[in-house]
Amino acid sequence: MTNNLLFDFTVDKSTKTVFITREFNAELSLVWDAFTKQELLDQWLAPKPWTSKTKYMDFKVGGKRFYAMVSPEGEERWGIQEYTSITPKTNFKMYNAFADKDENPELPGSEWDHTFNEQNGTTKVSITIYNESLERLESILEGFTQGMKMSLSNLENLLATLSKK
Amino acid sequence: MRRDIFQAIADPTRRAIIALIALQAMTPNSIAENFNTTRQAVSKHLRILTECEMVKQEQQGREVYYSLQIEKMKEIDKWLSQYRKLWETRFNQLDKVLSTIKKQKK
Repeated sequence: MTNNLLFDFTVDKSTKTVFITREFNAELSLVWDAFTKQELLDQWLAPKPWTSKTKYMDFKVGGKRFYAMVSPEGEERWGIQEYTSITPKTNFKMYNAFADKDENPELPGSEWDHTFNEQNGTTKVSITIYNESLERLESILEGFTQGMKMSLSNLENLLATLSKK
Repeated sequence: MRRDIFQAIADPTRRAIIALIALQAMTPNSIAENFNTTRQAVSKHLRILTECEMVKQEQQGREVYYSLQIEKMKEIDKWLSQYRKLWETRFNQLDKVLSTIKKQKK
């Protein structure tokens, strides 16, 4: 796997918006599935050693995904997403918020916009995340950074493996 | 109420104040001269910035000077680079998932 794939991450602090662009070495329909099917999402969305657990996912406009990020100690951080717009294999938008285990959202959340396009077998995904509150963004990290520190050595190994290929 | 750096930069006037005092320490009056708001409004922003530990006050004679806590700005950048790293990790995991599926299809 070559890793010269584009990765762009910019933040406009004044508009509280994060812009992420990444290319993937796969065809559009596969990348689209990875973002829109729960069995695939759960395989990559949680930074190891966290795991992603989708309780249910109904990928249609007005449908929801109710999920948890589970820490290595088994602590669950629930979140709920509602799909607000879907143009198959091109774009989808959703509203994402933390929630309790009974599906009650904690507002404010964030608005996500995903755009997909393929060129010569490489699929580019552009994600825009607008946060009503940057504090919320901050709290996403509080939990993960701990887990990420633990997995730092794992990550280093993974990166080393990837760069050898 | 908990104050943090993100509250400090959430308001356009406060961002302008940060930009002003990044260059030099200033008194509340000289800061207020740059805005079309009341002196009270500027004082309120300075109070919030102080509570967020974005600025520090220094008494010089009869005047109070406000200056920027550069370390706090670095904190924001540090935090953003961690968020960036989170996405990098995610996407590296996704690369693996995609290549596994591609292999299975062949």
